[in-house]
Amino acid sequence: MKRTGINRRDFVKIVSTAGAGLVLGFYLPPQSKGLFAEPQPASFVPNVWLRIDPSGTVTITVAKSEMGQGPHTYFPMIVAEELEADWQAIKVEQAPTHPDRYGSQSTGGSTGVRTSWEKLRLAGATAREMLISAAAAKWGVNRTTCYAEKGKIFHKPTGKALAFGELAVAAAKLPVPEKPPLKSPGNFKIVGTWVPQLTTPDRSSGRAIFAGDLKVPGMLYATLARCPVFGGKAASFAAAKAEAVPGVKKVVAIDRGIAVLADSTWAALKGREALEVKWDEGPAATLSSASLHRLFAERAKQQGAVGQKEGDCEKAFAESFNKIDALYEMPFISHSPLEPMNCLADVKAGSCEIWVGSQNPQAAQTSAANILKIPKEKVTVHLTLLGGGFGRRLVNDFVEEAVKISQAAGAPVKLFWTREDDMQHDLYRPASQHVLSGAVDKSGKLLAWKHRVVAPSITGQREPGRIIGGLDKSALNCAIDMPYAIPHLLVDYVMANTAVPIGAWRSVYASQNVFVVESFLDELAALAKKDPVAFRLEMLDKTPRMKKLVETVAEKSGWRQKLPPGHGRGVACSFCFGSYAAEIAEVSLEKGRLRVHKIDVAVDCGLAVAPNTLEAQVEGAVALALTAVLKGEITFAKGRTEQGNFDAYPILTIEEMPKVAVHIVNSHEPLGGIGEPPLPPVAPAVANALFAVTGQRVRKLPIIFP
Amino acid sequence: MALINLTVNGQKKSLDVHPETPLLWVLRDTLALTGTKYGCGVGACGACTVHLDGQAVRSCVTPIASCAGKSVTTIEGLPLDHPLQEAWTEVDVPQCGYCQPGMIMSAAALLKQKKQVTDGDINAGLSGNLCRCGTYNRVRKAIHLAARKGGGR
Repeated sequence: MKRTGINRRDFVKIVSTAGAGLVLGFYLPPQSKGLFAEPQPASFVPNVWLRIDPSGTVTITVAKSEMGQGPHTYFPMIVAEELEADWQAIKVEQAPTHPDRYGSQSTGGSTGVRTSWEKLRLAGATAREMLISAAAAKWGVNRTTCYAEKGKIFHKPTGKALAFGELAVAAAKLPVPEKPPLKSPGNFKIVGTWVPQLTTPDRSSGRAIFAGDLKVPGMLYATLARCPVFGGKAASFAAAKAEAVPGVKKVVAIDRGIAVLADSTWAALKGREALEVKWDEGPAATLSSASLHRLFAERAKQQGAVGQKEGDCEKAFAESFNKIDALYEMPFISHSPLEPMNCLADVKAGSCEIWVGSQNPQAAQTSAANILKIPKEKVTVHLTLLGGGFGRRLVNDFVEEAVKISQAAGAPVKLFWTREDDMQHDLYRPASQHVLSGAVDKSGKLLAWKHRVVAPSITGQREPGRIIGGLDKSALNCAIDMPYAIPHLLVDYVMANTAVPIGAWRSVYASQNVFVVESFLDELAALAKKDPVAFRLEMLDKTPRMKKLVETVAEKSGWRQKLPPGHGRGVACSFCFGSYAAEIAEVSLEKGRLRVHKIDVAVDCGLAVAPNTLEAQVEGAVALALTAVLKGEITFAKGRTEQGNFDAYPILTIEEMPKVAVHIVNSHEPLGGIGEPPLPPVAPAVANALFAVTGQRVRKLPIIFP
Repeated sequence: MALINLTVNGQKKSLDVHPETPLLWVLRDTLALTGTKYGCGVGACGACTVHLDGQAVRSCVTPIASCAGKSVTTIEGLPLDHPLQEAWTEVDVPQCGYCQPGMIMSAAALLKQKKQVTDGDINAGLSGNLCRCGTYNRVRKAIHLAARKGGGR
């Protein structure tokens, strides 16, 4: 495996903890909430990933956001593996937010394991080697006669042992080894095994703390009235009726709207209901789903910026044996994590303290510093557990609101978003239109492929300067560089930016493009009268990892075996975020409704470091993707989002959850991600299975049965 | 404001709150019992599920006035050695965890009614508890396991 550059300050140094023990800032019992730890004095935090106390407790610092994908378990697994720690002695703490001490603390792009793996292994190995040296010195023996196991250093010839805790102070005084040996993967005892999550007991008992659960002295509960039209502003407001609501303490204006502050959440909500605001709705007031559809359709006729070109498409289409055209459409959809956005902010003179569940606490720190015009070091961001993220919490608009409200009110405030606030002020997954043409030759092989993607650009909306020549390559993720060998290919992109705020939604553009690509491939397989699995396998010689996964999932799912009458199977696969996934769905129509019975998922992310959370991530990807396939969409009228709650925008229920069978293939190639890669193939596998049942193609999501 | 008397997790409480205030906000803001979560405010997601005189209710749409003289049990009132808690840990159910207290309270009410549960019973009892992370299959497995452990207490 390739070694990434690790500089010296990433190396662990073990600290003896006389008087310096960091108060565990995360798993506080409810009655002591709010007592988050202060960062340790600098002399006691020399870039630590782990700390060993004289008591023997091994505390591991987690510098990624825990939103259910497992860093509070896989960080410790990786460190403990190399350290040879006793798993029972492991504790975790969330890293304080720091501009650079831990590298990027952003959690997105399925990067958690793959960007932490090398440095966490080194951190554990370094500590292990120092403990061995400390024990050898104490015993006056050659260090090569000593080894680490289950929280102790043993002297092989005599069998005598010292616990890590007994060696902590001595080890801290030793030089840090430059290149500690790493364990051979064949000797892993924790990595690759099914380890229960360390967070589960708290999460199963109401003790897990989310930002919305916290309270600080003098805190007010805040709600914010925002213009319902995208980009609109308050023209004027009258606070009297809101202020008359019992419990309401203050009404303050910020750029994003008018905040009502009260002594309870309920009073703040009632106060907002009573508040009178006149909105300046701005230019987006006429925006509607119909107007967006027309815009996309118009843009689809334009020439796009070329993302990938192979061979000679025009010639191939002219000479092809059989061809087909199709238009695919994808809707806007929301993130809707179960915990709506919220943030507790306490702005004081020259400093600020924030408690938040964010996927990007460093950006929150930067934003707050910019708003308050104070140095970043004066902004303390306490990262709590996140009640779901899915990309929504990568953007800290709600943190900025809380900071501004606290500043305006001169008090600590806990900003609360209702479900309606959350659904109507989301950063939606962009809608898109796709114009495709495909051609097969006489032998039924895919000869030529044209794909025009028409979609708003997330980068184009947030950082337009980064788009050069109209090409946003990220919007073409999985539409270009497909795993298949296709002799003649042209993929282009037409940007169609709108006033609708958009953002990354688990797997981002892959979740749309893979649906389109894998559905259209299925259309071409049918055109070529070929089995959909065989049709794909023929084109996968240049991507053996994908080929193996397709073969694996076909075998495990019983692709070639008979199904009960009325049932059908569909296949789809993708490569994104460093990992391969191939999936087969089994569906039927039950009383006129699409029923997804089972999804077989084969994944190859190099090495399944934490198979328990990996399987959970696959199940989660299936659930999130199926909601996008089977349920609602976000629509707009008069510049507003039409849906506000789960009645109008339903999400998958327990009854609708299919069986999920996960088939892990460890290729031992460089690590890839797992949070996002299993998601994109779900929708096309289901749609292709539905075709197998009904003979009807699905070219538009969601699939709504009347 | 009005004085409302009720029992929460076995303790008698006398609370001076607006009678329309949903039980959810009394639990969270007044009593600091934050295990019960807000997810939708309209009784559509189940994150706020608690027991009112033994019945599972959505506390976000239950006015505190309607709880007067009654007994409320929240996730904090469920014993840590409850078969559901043990099953949840054994199956390692939660992902983000936000919906889990509501899930467990719905499951506890279900297991009180039925000692033996079928998949259909679980669908009926938990169809109003939404999970965006996709823990449903583990939830189902854990409820079956808890039922086998005698979860109906």
